[in-house]
Amino acid sequence: MKKRLSIFFSMLLVLSMFLAACGGKDGADSGEKGGDKDAGKSDVPQELSVNINTEPPSLHPGLAKDATSGTVLRQTFEGLTRIGEDGQPHEAAAEKIDISEDQKVYTFTLRDATWSNGDPVTAKDFEYAWKWALDPNNQSEYAYQLYYIKGAEDANLNGGSIDDVGVVAKDDKTLEVTLANPTPFFLELTAFYTYLPINSKIAEANPDWANDAGENYTSNGPFVMTEWSHSDKILLEKNEKYWDADTVKLTNIEMIMINDPNTELSMFDNGELDWAGAPTGALPTDAMQALKDEGRLVTKSIAGIYNYKFNTTEGPTANANIRKALAHAINRQEVIDNILQGEQLPAMGIVPPSMFPENEKGYFPDNDVEAAKEFLQKGLEELGYKDPSELPAIVLSYNTSEAHQKIAQAIQDMWKKNLGIEVTLENQEWAVYLDKVHSLDYQVARMGWLGDFNDAINFLEMYRDADGGNNDTGWESKEFQDLLATSATEGDHDARQQMLKDAEAVFMDDMPVLPIYFYTNNWVQADNLKDVVVSGLGDVQYKWAHFE
Amino acid sequence: MAKYIGKRLLYMLISLWLIITATFFFMRIAPGNPFTSEKQLPPEIEANLNAHYGLDKPWYAQYGDYLLKVVKWDFGPSFKYKSQTVNDLISEGFPVSFILGMEAILLAVAFGLILGIIAALKHNKWQDYTAMIIAVAGISVPSFIMATFLQYFLAIKMGIFPVARFETFMHTVLPALALASTPMAFIARLTRSSMLEVMSNDYIKTAKAKGLSQGVITVKHAIRNALLPVVTYMGPLTAGILTGSFVIERIFGIPGLGAHFVTSITNRDYTVIMGVTVFYSIILLASILLVDIAYGIIDPRIKLAGGKKGE
Repeated sequence: MKKRLSIFFSMLLVLSMFLAACGGKDGADSGEKGGDKDAGKSDVPQELSVNINTEPPSLHPGLAKDATSGTVLRQTFEGLTRIGEDGQPHEAAAEKIDISEDQKVYTFTLRDATWSNGDPVTAKDFEYAWKWALDPNNQSEYAYQLYYIKGAEDANLNGGSIDDVGVVAKDDKTLEVTLANPTPFFLELTAFYTYLPINSKIAEANPDWANDAGENYTSNGPFVMTEWSHSDKILLEKNEKYWDADTVKLTNIEMIMINDPNTELSMFDNGELDWAGAPTGALPTDAMQALKDEGRLVTKSIAGIYNYKFNTTEGPTANANIRKALAHAINRQEVIDNILQGEQLPAMGIVPPSMFPENEKGYFPDNDVEAAKEFLQKGLEELGYKDPSELPAIVLSYNTSEAHQKIAQAIQDMWKKNLGIEVTLENQEWAVYLDKVHSLDYQVARMGWLGDFNDAINFLEMYRDADGGNNDTGWESKEFQDLLATSATEGDHDARQQMLKDAEAVFMDDMPVLPIYFYTNNWVQADNLKDVVVSGLGDVQYKWAHFE
Repeated sequence: MAKYIGKRLLYMLISLWLIITATFFFMRIAPGNPFTSEKQLPPEIEANLNAHYGLDKPWYAQYGDYLLKVVKWDFGPSFKYKSQTVNDLISEGFPVSFILGMEAILLAVAFGLILGIIAALKHNKWQDYTAMIIAVAGISVPSFIMATFLQYFLAIKMGIFPVARFETFMHTVLPALALASTPMAFIARLTRSSMLEVMSNDYIKTAKAKGLSQGVITVKHAIRNALLPVVTYMGPLTAGILTGSFVIERIFGIPGLGAHFVTSITNRDYTVIMGVTVFYSIILLASILLVDIAYGIIDPRIKLAGGKKGE
């Protein structure tokens, strides 16, 4: 009996030590954190809980350069304009916008509004913010978004004076902006985060104002940030001082940072999140079909393209006919239906349909194997080969990821079957991969591109110069360059649109890039959550959102 | 003893220096840099950024600067997270990983020892087989499967625990269990085999012959010696678990340190890579030292400082 007891007690001791350790923590934690969570839950109706995936790298409008930071800034700040529920820019911090005859001078008249700490929002706050981003000493990586303003590029890159930048606060309420060229999409840009104002009083006194929530983090948008717990969560509260506060229904937004699609969906199913999936999070690919069958999946196309770039400077891909053969010989719909399962649109052009509606059809039919074979024949003749088997194997590169790999394997198979071309696959870690693609050390490489604002130039101008930072193909065309150059100074919307379309046609005729599909956003949302606005660019806004 | 510890601390410093040096240069050899991105920067801006972060200096100057900063315990700003320094990242992430890790270690040690001891005492009986089946399962099921499994059954199906995040004690149970399962199984197997070995030693037979009870023999004589392999394993285990697991933290959405070990490399966030590596190395080296000291306490036959007396 005694033996048993001593074993029993020694184990009990170990166990109780463990339980004691846990118990202590339990009490401490539920006292602090559990408490305010329960308090929040009691006024359920207008509280939104969403996942934003990761820690936003910066919540300073001049330093932000990624979608996550953009998502938070769009709720907390108010630009001169804001993209409305209809997808068009509307007056926001500006109450009146006058545009000069030559479309180069914009005069914004600001409405009476205050920052969350009560300071008035002045024209100087905008001037300050834009010049801050353009000042090379501030290391803003997105400053180029401001280059449409006269003198901006010069000041940012070439040592031009910051005083010569075409933005002037005439008085507290009037901001005059002079552009380098007539820019028909400028009012879209003023809604973009690099164009947001900064409370100059605070920022001048405290350069680190944007590092944490608190009294220094003042904003002028529909919501204010009350807590920023790094890598964990961000809490927003309705901004009662917002000029349009009557429209804002949500009282609180909790943005958590979970970087695992399965967990995100589980939390949604468990009622811990009101939204799962794009644009702020992601859904597991395996769950797509089931969610679609249940009728819960919401799909919206966005301005973004998934494509394969060709190295046009060497190897078989330097031949336009070979490139075209490869582009015609893939069955995009099959890739979408079997691999992606997110109702993406097959891309047979490079500008998304939200900008060029006719691109829903594109420049050629999907899976046109006959045409592909003809192009291949021509290409082989030009290169002096008799048979596709003589062609050296083409190397298809992608950055390491399951989805990219599956797509590459499917396309490898299609090229082999339809054209008899051998393809080898190669994958690299992201930064290594980018380095190789940017230095043209590849043959065929996967890349994606998302528009920053709603204009076709977003998808074209990177191919203007062969040595441009994001061209990556080595392709250049005089005709294409001329069309882009004339479009930049064209004030008439339709004429300009036509020039951009012509430029795209030139591009597609040479096919330095093989378009595969246009991105979609897929998500599920709580049944009673209404009016969350997701724009054609995939930007989400909660200004109008409410629970029924 | 003091002399021994002093000597060990000196070795630790040398190891740390070697680790810093190797990491620093391997990191720089890797293609890409913190400003590599899909949307490439104008070269002028990149040059400007390099100058701002001191990346334009020759490598020896950067290396020298870095060593100086480490001595001052200043790991510099993060390239990716503009609002935080590396010191912030560590001081915010480590406590979270530490709490979770401690829970997991306690679980692993408590249940691992219990299972192992039962298995050894009931050698080749059903208790032994049950314990070892649990142990084999624990070792062979990877932690991310265990995590998803726990999440699915205990959180989603039964609703006992929250699915993810790090808020209350209830939030920590599932990740701690997932984190503990493999080490627990490992400890159970280690304890069992060393217990079996010890139990067949002459001194245990002597104790039995003296008429000591099974309980006294187990607790006073056997466990103490059987603990040595477990203690050895505890060193690296503690360092690994306390600094967080990338997989578990990701699945449960825990704002710990674990994620930074992996994402900093993807981001080529040089300062974060260095910071977390140095931090991890210090914890690892310290726990190894503690283990060595613990040997001496558990088994006086092991001489630490050239002491004269064995047993």
